[in-house]
Amino acid sequence: MPWAEALLTSKAAGQEVTEEGRALSYVDALREALTLALELDPKVFVLGQGVNDSPGMFGVTTDLHKKFGTDRVFDTPLSEEGLTGICAGAALNGTRPVYLHNRPDFLLLTFNQLVSHAAKFHYIDNGQSNVPMVVWSAIGRGWGSGSQHSQAIQGFLLGVPGLKIIMPSTPYDAKGLMLSAIADNNPVLIFEHRWAMKTKGVVPEGIYHVPLGKGIYRRRGEDLTIVGTSHTLSLAIEAIDELSKEGISADVIDLRTLKPLDEEIIFESLKKTGKVLVVDTGPEMAGVCAEIGCLVAEKGFHDLRGPVRRIGLPDSPVPAGYTLEQFYFPDKNRIAKVIREMVSGT
Amino acid sequence: MIRYPYKDIEFSPAPRPKKKYDPDFLIGLYRSMLRIRMIQEAIESRYHEDQMKSPIHLVIGQEATSVGVCAALRNTDQVYSSHRTQGNYLAKGGSLKAMLSELYCRLNGCAGSRGGSMHLLDKSVGYAGSSAIVAGSVPVTTGAAFSAQLLKKDQVNVVFFGDAATEEGAVWESLNFAALKSLPVIYICENNFYSVCSSLEVRQPGVDIYKKAEAFGLNSCRIDGSQVLHVYEAAREAVERAQSGGGPTFIESVAYRWRGHGGAGDDSASGYRDPEEVKAWQEFCPIEGLYKELVKQKQLDEVRKNSMKEEIQEEIQEAFEHAINSPNPEEKDLSTHVYSD
Ligand SMILES: Cc1ncc(C[n+]2csc(CCOP(=O)(O)OP(=O)(O)O)c2C)c(N)n1
Repeated sequence: MPWAEALLTSKAAGQEVTEEGRALSYVDALREALTLALELDPKVFVLGQGVNDSPGMFGVTTDLHKKFGTDRVFDTPLSEEGLTGICAGAALNGTRPVYLHNRPDFLLLTFNQLVSHAAKFHYIDNGQSNVPMVVWSAIGRGWGSGSQHSQAIQGFLLGVPGLKIIMPSTPYDAKGLMLSAIADNNPVLIFEHRWAMKTKGVVPEGIYHVPLGKGIYRRRGEDLTIVGTSHTLSLAIEAIDELSKEGISADVIDLRTLKPLDEEIIFESLKKTGKVLVVDTGPEMAGVCAEIGCLVAEKGFHDLRGPVRRIGLPDSPVPAGYTLEQFYFPDKNRIAKVIREMVSGT
Repeated sequence: MIRYPYKDIEFSPAPRPKKKYDPDFLIGLYRSMLRIRMIQEAIESRYHEDQMKSPIHLVIGQEATSVGVCAALRNTDQVYSSHRTQGNYLAKGGSLKAMLSELYCRLNGCAGSRGGSMHLLDKSVGYAGSSAIVAGSVPVTTGAAFSAQLLKKDQVNVVFFGDAATEEGAVWESLNFAALKSLPVIYICENNFYSVCSSLEVRQPGVDIYKKAEAFGLNSCRIDGSQVLHVYEAAREAVERAQSGGGPTFIESVAYRWRGHGGAGDDSASGYRDPEEVKAWQEFCPIEGLYKELVKQKQLDEVRKNSMKEEIQEEIQEAFEHAINSPNPEEKDLSTHVYSD
């Protein structure tokens, strides 16, 4: 058994949802979003390796092909670059593809069609064409995923104009952002995290949209601003909750989308706290942490009362073994340590 | 329903043996397959302990392809493979201890715990490495062959990959280049009909894989991957071709994967293939098949088989103990070798 996953699954089973409303697992929330989109719009289709296997891709697509037929929900050959172009062509011509991948690592095969084609058409066609497609994948971690199965590549794509990038962290957002992504007229990338996908939360029924480019406060506090997305942000929340015992509190901002980026909420919080910690599931260098760090230094300089700090991945590939992994990935304790340093000014 | 019956498969005629087989050679092939099978079963039986924290892709049922091909290679010939590494690695002579240490994430694993089961390597025996990205090794091996040609090295380069890899563009780009430059490379496509849970028929329109390769200008054939001597002869011919400047060969070796795509056990109960299909293919066990043949020829018997098994069992036991008692990597081991000096 995938050991790390088993651990998380047991944690999720014991997780209590305290808010009012219908509790749903992350995976069920995603499947509900796809179901609603397929019901709503006959132009939507879903494809990916194994989407109509009996368990579905990670359970996200289970039985969708039975309900909507294999013309609209189908398994694909292992041809990521070609199929990305095929999706772009289909999107240019009146449909709305949702292409699912197990891992972002496999998107690296698609960069030509994704970056040089899908992301460009609207611009180079002078607004006469659009490419409403969604490319979804789930960042891996643990169980020997290693350097070719746990890359978080959102930072590589941040600088590509024409793309939108979503990084959900809760079941509510996963559903609402998926629906927004499908409704959007641009190529939209969604990067889930396999560990975030093990959680559950309150999810309303029916269609709702979480707007792209709007962050949200997960915690309100005084001492610093923590900003980021996805699984690393959840770790930061665990860290700051523990630090409340030491009298430390923070504004925790879940950006939810990296592109477009909600600058306003970052600067609003920075004005109050004067300190910013950026966290990301990807490399610290030249990625999300670097971009937001620079933005804060550039436009928020006069509000800063200490150096910007970042917590992401080191500039080395992901090792496969679990012992090395534990030194590689940031955890709650490492985040707490950085927060303490920032607060005490050391 | 048996979607892929053995009897429906048309194999290319196996090349004729050049000379009579030496009994030791045949017994060696048998032992090598048996050893791989037993190692796979030992890993499988301990996988639930959750101490091998690595994905595993077992090759039970497909041993003959690894063994038949590697028997035609020299130590100096190179092999690369896909995620399904273990059979290829062991057949090429890769160290069992280093492999198990890698599965146990130990410092003395063949990749120092950076790779796991999908990234084995043992350069001392010409097992050059593997990629967990499907088809990733195909261009790389083609490049190895190009380098061998440029440097006038007497080295044959072999890459193992699955049927699904042939859906990737990079494979055909590589074949085109290899044919264009007459490279000393052998492409071994292990067709087991499935990519995870997706059958060949939902991924490809029914054109024979080896015929596509033929259309790219490669000598191509489809062989019975349950018969190690078919595999061996096809590989031997391909090696001769590569060595004599005759260019690349494409071999589609058909053999069934008895276990699930990854992990321990058979997963056909989940519905993607009929458990009856698995059973039907088990009738064509490459190891049992050769055993019966050798018994008929009076070259092998029960007693010899059992002592062979005991020997292998001891080796396996010792290798597991070695792996389990080996040290873990430490934090300082994380950032070495990001760049070469
Ligand atoms: C480019 C890429 N896409 C998808 C995957 C996920 N994946 C890993 S193994 C595999 C099945 C490959 O099937 P095949 O090539 O036939 O080899 P087999 O597993 O049957 O040996 C898939 C889809 C991957 N590793 N790389």
